[in-house]
Amino acid sequence: MKIIVCISKAPDTTSKIAFTDGNSKFDENGVQFIVNPYDEWYALVRALELKEANGGSVTVLNVGDASNDAIIRKALAIGADDAVRIDAPTQDALFVAKQIANYVKENNPDMVLLGKETIDYNGSQVGGMVAAILDMPYVSLASKLDMNGTTATIEREIEGGVEVIETSTPFVLSAAKGMAEARIPNMRGIMAARTKPLNVVAAIAADNATEIKSFSLPPAKTGCKYVDADNVEQLIDLLHNEAKAI
Amino acid sequence: MADDRFQAPDYYNLDELLTEEHKLIRDTVRAWIKKDVSPIIEEYAQKAEFPKQIIPGLAEVGGFGPYIPEEYGGPGLDQIAYGLIMQELERCDSGVRSTSSVQSSLVMYPIWKYGNEEQKMRFLPKLATGEFMGCFGLTEPDHGSNPGGMVTNFKDMGDHYLLNGAKMWITNAPIADVAVVWAKSEEGRIHGLLVERGMEGFTTPETHDKWSLRASITGELVFDNVKVPKENLLPNKSGLGAPLGCLDSARYGIAWGAIGAAMDCYDSALRYSKEREQFGVPIASFQLTQKKLAEMLTEITKAQLLTWRLGVLRNEGKATSAQISMAKRNNVDMALKIAREARQIHGAMGITSEYSIMRHMANLESVITYEGTHDIHLLITGMDITGISAFKNDGTQFS
Ligand SMILES: Cc1cc2nc3c(=O)[nH]c(=O)nc-3n(C[C@H](O)[C@H](O)[C@H](O)COP(=O)(O)OP(=O)(O)OC[C@H]3O[C@@H](n4cnc5c(N)ncnc54)[C@H](O)[C@@H]3O)c2cc1C
Repeated sequence: MKIIVCISKAPDTTSKIAFTDGNSKFDENGVQFIVNPYDEWYALVRALELKEANGGSVTVLNVGDASNDAIIRKALAIGADDAVRIDAPTQDALFVAKQIANYVKENNPDMVLLGKETIDYNGSQVGGMVAAILDMPYVSLASKLDMNGTTATIEREIEGGVEVIETSTPFVLSAAKGMAEARIPNMRGIMAARTKPLNVVAAIAADNATEIKSFSLPPAKTGCKYVDADNVEQLIDLLHNEAKAI
Repeated sequence: MADDRFQAPDYYNLDELLTEEHKLIRDTVRAWIKKDVSPIIEEYAQKAEFPKQIIPGLAEVGGFGPYIPEEYGGPGLDQIAYGLIMQELERCDSGVRSTSSVQSSLVMYPIWKYGNEEQKMRFLPKLATGEFMGCFGLTEPDHGSNPGGMVTNFKDMGDHYLLNGAKMWITNAPIADVAVVWAKSEEGRIHGLLVERGMEGFTTPETHDKWSLRASITGELVFDNVKVPKENLLPNKSGLGAPLGCLDSARYGIAWGAIGAAMDCYDSALRYSKEREQFGVPIASFQLTQKKLAEMLTEITKAQLLTWRLGVLRNEGKATSAQISMAKRNNVDMALKIAREARQIHGAMGITSEYSIMRHMANLESVITYEGTHDIHLLITGMDITGISAFKNDGTQFS
């Protein structure tokens, strides 16, 4: 079973968020980057579990520049067999999807797994785009994946219940919570990661289809306002005129 | 204990001085601590019990002999990596770090440095996985700061050595499979002996009722005519310098570990002071609280720089014992002061097990005493810079 897991880099959840270039760029100064948790905790770990049960290989794939090598090494330390970085500065979702699709087409994996979204821009677009470009089935937000030969049984949590889907390889799947339990690398893994292959390949020509104009932060949180239990009128007034919630 | 919400302070972007692998190792230990140790540590400290179940995990994250070469079952990491592992362990609890320090620097280190090939192959791989636990017996009831005065001794009986004496305050003694014991030969020279559990006449009674390092197990080593096979003597170094070489390694780790404990106290105090309101405002808005927090972070940052530099020197094989003494002394004292200030910021909450502060504070009272007391390290620095030993008050000149 040949599995490709797409991983992306995301700022640590405790990072201070600020912008530069007229609020059009995320300020990376002093920010610690991590493997996007949905990619690492769910997609990668489930891929490793499938490999451990059925044999095969797990390749992590990243589109980015050399500053991404640290998070790629972590994925290797957790247990991926090898890694490929498509060398390009991070661009929009379509650019990334085209790069991944091109690599997938040339390497014919049984499945492509990725996280349901990245925790930075939360676009949730790449998986669907990759599947569409390659004309493969796409299952998003999957919380369970079982393989039986070439048949995949996949569960998705939907409003008020669970949807069970069957499809066959090759397919693209985006993983959500429940898919697997996060793994902490161990020292053996970290040492092994030193010598695992990290192949850097050139990007194919592709244009960005979108452009970010600006970011803005949500309004600063204000303190809690307490309203006396008997004073319903004041509560309604605050909700209507201040919070503009009703 | 409440949720472990620890965030490490890095005021001078010291992460930039680390390699990606260093950071991965540190973050791995931190993640493991948060998942497997923080949730149970308070309970075990309260029960005064060593959480034995963490041994395999501690081994997996490199807690046992991180610098031991791969051929002997270690990961062969550098000194900065070793330091960072100690920092993360002590961030959680000095007792957890002690377990790791003893196994690494006081048991594996002497076997690696002073042992023969057969001893290394026999013990190191099992100590690296935690299958064997070890302890280090130097201190005696009547010889603490002055270990050279030890009375534990062995006699050459032809086909074996006969060991007699007792060691006290020995971390991990009651659970140890092997003890590295320092004892005098008939000529009065100090040698290291590997004393194994099960040898007749060897017992390890537990020391109870500690108010400090409660999650670490401490005991005595009692040798009553113990027959030690000759192949269990560490052949490649003798004299007081042999145990002191191990202490250099352990003290270096403690210098990093103390930063971990200080970071945890600071981080907790910072968060608490922003959340806790008095007189209608967060207590962090009072100048007196800010002074405490600002001084804590200043001291932590200074210690981080000092210790990182010491790590570089150690990697280059250039760190002196006196330099290590300075860092151990400075950092443990710094951590203890920060723990006390942080406890004040937490008010009454600071004395409960809801927060780690009081546990750190009590633990650090051991850390400031073992591996050379605070004052002994000062005397080491004093001797190093003046050339005069003040240990015995007789003004002996050192060259
Ligand atoms: C929890 C714990 C775990 C330990 N684990 C181990 C272990 O695993 N292995 C091991 O071998 N030991 C261990 N120790 C022992 C530790 O190393 C000793 O306690 C330490 O060396 C101090 O010795 P002491 O307690 O006998 O104090 P003492 O040497 O009696 O010192 C008492 C006081 O006198 C001061 N003093 C002594 N000499 C001088 C001097 N010349 N000038 C000025 N002041 C002086 C000291 O600074 C101290 O303040 C442990 C101790 C503790 C508390």
